[in-house]
Amino acid sequence: MTEPLLKVKGLKKYFPIKAGVIGRRVGDVKAVDDVSFEIMEGETLGIVGESGCGKSTTGRSIMRLIEPTAGEVYFEGKNVSTMSKEELRKARRDIQMVFQDPYASLNPRHNIQKILEEPLKVHGIGNDKERKEKVAKLLEIVGLSSYHASRYPHQFSGGQRQRIGIARALMTNPKLIIADEPVSALDVSIQAQVLNLMKDLQQELKLTYIFIAHDLGVVRHISDRVGVMYLGKMIEISESEALYEKPLHPYTQALLAAVPVPDPDFMRETQLLTGDIPSPANPPTGCAFHTRCPLKMEHCDQRVPLLIEVEPGHSVACHLYTEAFSNDNK
Amino acid sequence: MTGITPEIQLPEEKSKARSPFQDSLRTFRKSKVAVVGTIIVAFFILLAIFGPWIAPQGINEQNLKLRLLPPSSAHWFGTDVFGRDIFSRVILGARLSLLVGFASVALSIIIGSILGILAGYYGKWVDTIISRFFDILLAFPSILLAIAIVTALGPSLFNALLAIAIVNVPNFGRLIRSKVLSIKEEEFITAARAVGMRDTRILWGHVLPNSMTPIIVQGTLAIATAIIEAAALGFLGLGAQAPQPEWGKMLADARIYLINAPWTMIFPGLAIMLTVLGFNLMGDGLRDAFDPKMKN
Repeated sequence: MTEPLLKVKGLKKYFPIKAGVIGRRVGDVKAVDDVSFEIMEGETLGIVGESGCGKSTTGRSIMRLIEPTAGEVYFEGKNVSTMSKEELRKARRDIQMVFQDPYASLNPRHNIQKILEEPLKVHGIGNDKERKEKVAKLLEIVGLSSYHASRYPHQFSGGQRQRIGIARALMTNPKLIIADEPVSALDVSIQAQVLNLMKDLQQELKLTYIFIAHDLGVVRHISDRVGVMYLGKMIEISESEALYEKPLHPYTQALLAAVPVPDPDFMRETQLLTGDIPSPANPPTGCAFHTRCPLKMEHCDQRVPLLIEVEPGHSVACHLYTEAFSNDNK
Repeated sequence: MTGITPEIQLPEEKSKARSPFQDSLRTFRKSKVAVVGTIIVAFFILLAIFGPWIAPQGINEQNLKLRLLPPSSAHWFGTDVFGRDIFSRVILGARLSLLVGFASVALSIIIGSILGILAGYYGKWVDTIISRFFDILLAFPSILLAIAIVTALGPSLFNALLAIAIVNVPNFGRLIRSKVLSIKEEEFITAARAVGMRDTRILWGHVLPNSMTPIIVQGTLAIATAIIEAAALGFLGLGAQAPQPEWGKMLADARIYLINAPWTMIFPGLAIMLTVLGFNLMGDGLRDAFDPKMKN
């Protein structure tokens, strides 16, 4: 088996909650709590979950844009978590990011030329002429024109800006792109354009994606494998088809049942989830999902279920399956 | 844009690429008040530059035969107690007042920006130390602090300038700090870090340019205040010294002749008022032009 491009082991990010004048630490928000996964080269891993479940924090912790509390990240076999500031800076040439809000992620005072060539300058790639050519080339690749280089971000629409954001991420020929909800700020028609662009680019440039989103349809369209997060934990991870055809975790089942179906006569079979997502500052004991789970069992609020592979390539963290699993082994 | 097309359709005309700064400048030019302010300011700047060639007399050409003459065709603004031409002195005073205004504000902006950026970007104990320092300076009424500083350094125009600069540092420092705090949370700063930029490049290339607009506005308004403060210090005898034709000092010297020779006081006073008005109007115009909420 070949080495995965990216290996995440036990990633944790706790944000301290401080109180009082002296800023005493009174607790933690467990934004990401012990998340592990691997990505092979050329693959797309989708990460889905409700807002606040820690999917963006996971993406940012991998790049150490947010310093993780614990855990290890291996990129091409090198441990990113122990890199010095300068090593990390150089490593970022190979890991790039596309951001959610195309209106906020481009410096409003720089024109497109400046925005796009800055990654090259920072990493000392090429001379002035080569950089200019590269900018023009990438603008064409993402479906804009080279004469747009002299314009400013506010002269573009949201979809166009997101294309610029993608072009910026591609400037240094990265191997891995972490896309943090790249289409959720866009209109549905534009979403499809940007998604198809990302797919085409992946084939042409052999890119690997981590695709973070809350829209299940979008994730299905682009991902080879999908991970579902709930309250900072990865609760199910599987091949895309298997997850959508046969979800195992009750939360995943509920999420998929909530996807609107374009048929007015369609009757829902599954009960929709009630209640809010609990606070990550004070997560429920045992399985974090037991407060909303329709299939809650007696000991669900006592023991934390582990993520175990129940079918080849399909892992789930739920006592429904650990029971079956351990009984089989007896 | 209509429908799902793989290529984004754009109007082919290569419309001009305008930076947000150029956009603001257009808004500024459309505002009548701002233009009037700018004209007044430009007028005084020209006076300051070409004063020696415009003024009919020097700053200290005394003629005791011509004491306290009312305005006439020979002496447009009249003469003072030493028979000096007030018109000439007011014109030549423009250079002093503007110098104090610009230099002190420039100094406060430089010191305040450096401290504010450090406090805002690095946070933690750096922020605590710098912010408490600002708090201490702000605890004094500004004119009192300026008087204290000038008294300690000795009265002169240069020390007055220095004092005004120091007094204004926390205003700019806090402004920059708060702006940096909000800018550094912007996604394009995270994007810059994700690309692999060093802190220094992010700070000077991205954070600072985006924090500058409120400084330009505040700076213009602060020049007006600085001119008034310089005049006040001059009036108290702590700023410009005789025979420098500083407007505040001229007011102080003319105080006792207010009843008999009001022109000795009116014209320097008018000069102060007009300059301050000019800078204030210009500052207001700049604020409107740079305020993103005013734009569509």
